Amino acid sequence: MKFVDEFREPEVITKTAEEIRRLADPKRHYRIMEVCGGHTHAIYRFGLKDLLPSNIELIHGPGCPVCVLPMGRIDDGLEIAQQPDVIFAAFGDMMRVPGTQGSPLEHKARGMDVRIVYSPSDALKLAQSNPEKHVMFFAIGFETTAPSTALTLVRAKADSVHNFSVFCNHVTIIPAIRAILDSPDMRLDAFIGPGHVSTVIGCRPYEWIAVNEKKPVAVSGFEPLDILQSIVMVLRQLRKGEAKIENQYKRVVPWEGNRAALRAMAEVFELRPYFEWRGLGFISQSALRITDSYAEWDAEQRFQVAGVRVTDPKAAQCGEVLKGVLKPHQCKLFAKECTPEHPVGALMVSSEGSCAAYFNYEHRKTAMVSSIASVV
Amino acid sequence: MCLAIPGQVVEIFSGHQTTALIDVVGVRRKVDLGLLQDDMPKPGDWVLIHVGFAMSKISEEDALDQMRILRALGEAEAAMQEVQGYGMDDVTTPNQHEIEPADKA
Repeated sequence: MKFVDEFREPEVITKTAEEIRRLADPKRHYRIMEVCGGHTHAIYRFGLKDLLPSNIELIHGPGCPVCVLPMGRIDDGLEIAQQPDVIFAAFGDMMRVPGTQGSPLEHKARGMDVRIVYSPSDALKLAQSNPEKHVMFFAIGFETTAPSTALTLVRAKADSVHNFSVFCNHVTIIPAIRAILDSPDMRLDAFIGPGHVSTVIGCRPYEWIAVNEKKPVAVSGFEPLDILQSIVMVLRQLRKGEAKIENQYKRVVPWEGNRAALRAMAEVFELRPYFEWRGLGFISQSALRITDSYAEWDAEQRFQVAGVRVTDPKAAQCGEVLKGVLKPHQCKLFAKECTPEHPVGALMVSSEGSCAAYFNYEHRKTAMVSSIASVV
Repeated sequence: MCLAIPGQVVEIFSGHQTTALIDVVGVRRKVDLGLLQDDMPKPGDWVLIHVGFAMSKISEEDALDQMRILRALGEAEAAMQEVQGYGMDDVTTPNQHEIEPADKA
């Protein structure tokens, strides 16, 4: 409880946890997937698992963009940046993600011009202030970041910035959920829906999960109370034998999403026929590419891209962990060869990756508890 | 990257691209408002920012909650780093004491 005590309304949190215990049928085992990596991080950070009865299992979903990107895409992006006068620009999260020949940061150490940007529009500015260079922005993310990349491309075209391109790795969340539900080794009872993706896409795109798959969904905020309330929502539905989409995060998520953001995406992107995801394999219509009207700004059309496919290091079991089949600590490399300081797999890099979250909070818990005890 | 950073609109600059000067606990940065063109915020309004673009309008209470979440998740520093990284102009350096927002409680 020490983790949630620092939050507002600890007494409401206790009551909500009690309600969860009341609603959970002791004869059932519940498997609830939190789709978003931000939720995974919050669940570990606040020790929410400790508040839940043992028959409620939280399964970590695919909503960590760095984690689901297959290594071949990183290699392809870095290959483009090997060409003369190309600057490789990416978010900080990407910098330590391993490619076959090392991470972007390691390539930088070997002389590649690699820059961290905080916004795609900063990559565009970088191009404008370096007219003799070409800036390639390595774009990743779900619908949370895709609209910003889209609008940056609209700006690049409007301002005729010709030394700028995007290597597009944007993915969409719905086909990933579909792939997980189609996976024969995965049995799930309900979903905690992603909060910030839903500010863009709204709640409607989840309706098929309730209608066709008969699974409850609660789109959730990120506070401990939000996540617990979302668990209450889906448990209530399961108890009544219902399946519908509920919006726990109404204060931020409009049911219809952000139409301006969706328009920007529709202007610039189209669905790829298929795209490879780490752990989930090829999923049809699950990622975005740049439309022909923006071909000049599409790094894949502008440069020769090998389209390499590489498998993850054999010993690493990132795929199984991503699918929720294995828990992070069940991977052979966890906390041995693979740590946040020396990540072998991407799930150990991002704070939204379940391995990094598990390592930072669960694995270090013993050390933390003993240090707290010594202070007290 | 997936951090949602809360900020308050200080000033709006209209041009062919609508941008705003946004205050994130004392750090002021230009942020793109293009994704809110259907529901433009006014000075004084609070927004959630993703990778340099305001993505949704929120209440002041939710903005403070979001900042607290970032601090609790150990992401506040990364968030401030991100905000300070936006753009290469329009920098205003806050006083150090303004960086850490006062808790609402």
